[in-house]
Amino acid sequence: MIALTVNGKKVQVDVAPDTPILWVLRDHLALTGTKYSCGIAQCGACTVHLDGEPIRACVTPISVAQGKKISTIEGLNSKVGRAVQTAWEKLEVVQCGYCQSGQIMSAVALLSSNKKPSDADIDSAMHGNLCRCATYQRIRAAIHEAAKQLSPGRHA
Amino acid sequence: MSDIKIVNESRRRFLQGSAGLTLAIYLPGSFAATATAAGTSTAAAPAAATVFEPNAFVRIGEDNTVTIIAKHLEMGQGTYTGLATLVAEELDAAWSQVKVEGAPADAKRYNNLLWGQSQGTGGSTAMANSYEQMRRAGATARFMLIAAAAAEWNVSAKEIVIKNGSVSHAASKHNASFGELATKAAAQPAPEPEDIKLKDTKDFVYIGKQSPRQDSKPKINGSAQYTSDVTLPGMLTAVVARAPRFGASVKSFDATKTKAVQGVVEVVAIPNGVAVLAKDFWAAKKGRDALQVTWDESKAFKLSSSDQLSHYKNLARSPGTVAHKIGDTEKTMGRAAKRLEAAFEFPYLAHASMEPLNCVVKLDSAQCEIWNGEQSQTTDQINVAKYLGIKPEDVKINMLYAGGSFGRRANPRSDYVLEAVQIAKAINGRAPIKMLWTREDDMQAGQYRPMFYHTLRAGLDAQGNLVAWQHRLVGQSILADTAYEEGMKKSGIDFTSVEGAANLPYTIPNQLVDLHTPKYPVPVQWWRSVGSSHTAFSTEVFFDEVAHATGKDPVALRREMLKRQPRHLAVLELAAQKSDWSKPLAAKPGVRRGRGIALHKSFNSVVAEVAEVSVAPDGSFKVDRVVCVVDCGIAINPSIVKAQMEGGIGFGLAAALHGAITFKDGQVEQSNFHDYPVLRMNEMPHVEVHIVPSSTNPSGVGEPGLPPIAPAVANALFAATGKRLRQLPFQTKDLV
Repeated sequence: MIALTVNGKKVQVDVAPDTPILWVLRDHLALTGTKYSCGIAQCGACTVHLDGEPIRACVTPISVAQGKKISTIEGLNSKVGRAVQTAWEKLEVVQCGYCQSGQIMSAVALLSSNKKPSDADIDSAMHGNLCRCATYQRIRAAIHEAAKQLSPGRHA
Repeated sequence: MSDIKIVNESRRRFLQGSAGLTLAIYLPGSFAATATAAGTSTAAAPAAATVFEPNAFVRIGEDNTVTIIAKHLEMGQGTYTGLATLVAEELDAAWSQVKVEGAPADAKRYNNLLWGQSQGTGGSTAMANSYEQMRRAGATARFMLIAAAAAEWNVSAKEIVIKNGSVSHAASKHNASFGELATKAAAQPAPEPEDIKLKDTKDFVYIGKQSPRQDSKPKINGSAQYTSDVTLPGMLTAVVARAPRFGASVKSFDATKTKAVQGVVEVVAIPNGVAVLAKDFWAAKKGRDALQVTWDESKAFKLSSSDQLSHYKNLARSPGTVAHKIGDTEKTMGRAAKRLEAAFEFPYLAHASMEPLNCVVKLDSAQCEIWNGEQSQTTDQINVAKYLGIKPEDVKINMLYAGGSFGRRANPRSDYVLEAVQIAKAINGRAPIKMLWTREDDMQAGQYRPMFYHTLRAGLDAQGNLVAWQHRLVGQSILADTAYEEGMKKSGIDFTSVEGAANLPYTIPNQLVDLHTPKYPVPVQWWRSVGSSHTAFSTEVFFDEVAHATGKDPVALRREMLKRQPRHLAVLELAAQKSDWSKPLAAKPGVRRGRGIALHKSFNSVVAEVAEVSVAPDGSFKVDRVVCVVDCGIAINPSIVKAQMEGGIGFGLAAALHGAITFKDGQVEQSNFHDYPVLRMNEMPHVEVHIVPSSTNPSGVGEPGLPPIAPAVANALFAATGKRLRQLPFQTKDLV
């Protein structure tokens, strides 16, 4: 049994310790918003937060998460998270949508550590997240939009 | 019952060719029992509130919800929003009351009107074939709501107004929601077709405006349901070991170690290989890794890409089957004052959608139920039914969101769907199965955009006029050996091989296009924009070469030769204007800059793209900006049209910069995104899309944005460096 906290809830899972976090979330905890796409940390579709840091769940074994906090797209309810989701919707970012959970988790991590990212900062933080629909231009614009909404002195 | 009115001439001819086509949308009430929802997490919600179902595409509930039944797959291209927009427009629904549900597989009601009696999504036809059908569906519901209100309020139907989901009669001060009228509307007789008057385009409130995407919310909160997310009671996850070479088969296998993996339940042989079934993916994958299979490779494909290219080059030395001929190209070429020649190379390409292929199947004695990002319902029903020996209508298909497809999920042989059914059959339906392909499976199992080799020749007269154009193509046929082969029997030409080459827009008096169709065991399939993914490149790069050879500006020469093509010309002029074509590009220190244009019509839409590039001394380069102009008829949702142009440009650029599937001794050399790179954010140019205002019927947008990008970039690279790149993907060493 491995004990961990997922989206604020304490859970215990009975899986082989080498099982990637991704498959524990998807197959054992029914949290399917986090996606499988490459399995080798090349695409970012499986991005979740481990103790607040973005990680690739497809290559990170569940044993690493023992006693730690995992946050997934389903549990995103921070101020930054909501701002990012609102911007995504406003700028109509999604197309097929399959990569977007990972894109959003990476964007939230970026904005949590960098309140006003430049285009170069965004490229650097987001270039590990692939999107075959090429929604990149709108992702970049939506991150700027979320940063604007989150900037101090701005109260919606 | 009545056939729908078809406005577009080519469509009318197509429909006349498909005998027995009937449309059911004027048959109210006959579908009330089939409210089976598919594709959303809310699908299981009780449908009891539905009281008014005027046709196969609209349901209105007492709760005031208007549910649009989408007959097309939502794979990112915005179909769910587009179809809902068409219905909501003529129904005058409020956008906030509209929701969308995927249609079941039933070609009698949900066929693609451009595909005869077949249901499916592809060829950028979703809006084009639905434009009138969906509006009529909305208008029919509207007519019946008004009739119900008129009866209820005892007023004239003509005085009743519907606006933004509210039905009202000013003089009597009555008003009601759709939900309040739904029960009474259901009792109204259906209108005669001639009673339905569709709106004038100037009165549109949704079409051409921006309605928010229907699928945004579930896709940003993780609740959208894709095939990979389906869970059924007792379900097993299946992963398949497939042969390392096409044409190989299983000789024997040893599953001892596999069965020792905790969670593995069964190991079964299927026609394609060996399937490992387990309680979850990780166990199935570990089980497959432990499996020992001996393959019979006596009939396997063992060539390398270099061998295949040599063969193609040899074929290109002799004439092929003529696909298009005007005038006397040979004679004119012989007399030409100047001749140009060039050869172009295109690799196999994988679709590499973000969601690797997958399919869920539940079998019982008489029925097969499938959950899938379903792009080709009728074809899959036929192929699955044939394999199982049941009736096609007993193959029930639930259409879920697809995490991309780019053509891949519409396989004419139903390859992956059939594979999943074979696994379910191999265990006699004892458990529902979810077959998941790994990224490596997805990349190495074939069904690629075919490899192609083109040669082109141009003849110029003494005044420098382009008077002869010869284009020879060599590549496998997509349609051959499929149910669609009939269409190429007579001519020997697979039109998907030559589309975009055999219908050049330029007025050239002598043209000859011919084709060689070699057979190879590498399975091929349509890939976003199909033939135009290669023909636009060779024709538009070569046209640029002709312009430079005659000392003419590439836009000026196009303008001169498009005099008989007003749509192309308008797109060209707007692209030249918006890209500041006539002004020099601003210089940047340390890089060579250049601008290039390409123009191409595909799926009845015309798109021009102007690319600006910066080339470093080492040959590496960045596409800085792309100005894109599209004429796609009326733009039902401009934001989605722009998104599709952006996406087509990004997808085409990925292939131009990186995309190649190659073979060594018959084995695919690529396996995942590290050796089959696709476009990343830092490589995405700034894209500006301009839509030509139009009130004609909509044409395609999912694919037409792609073809012009690679030639526009190649032409820009030439402008920057003087080097011609005629091979895809680009080799930056050639730009040093």
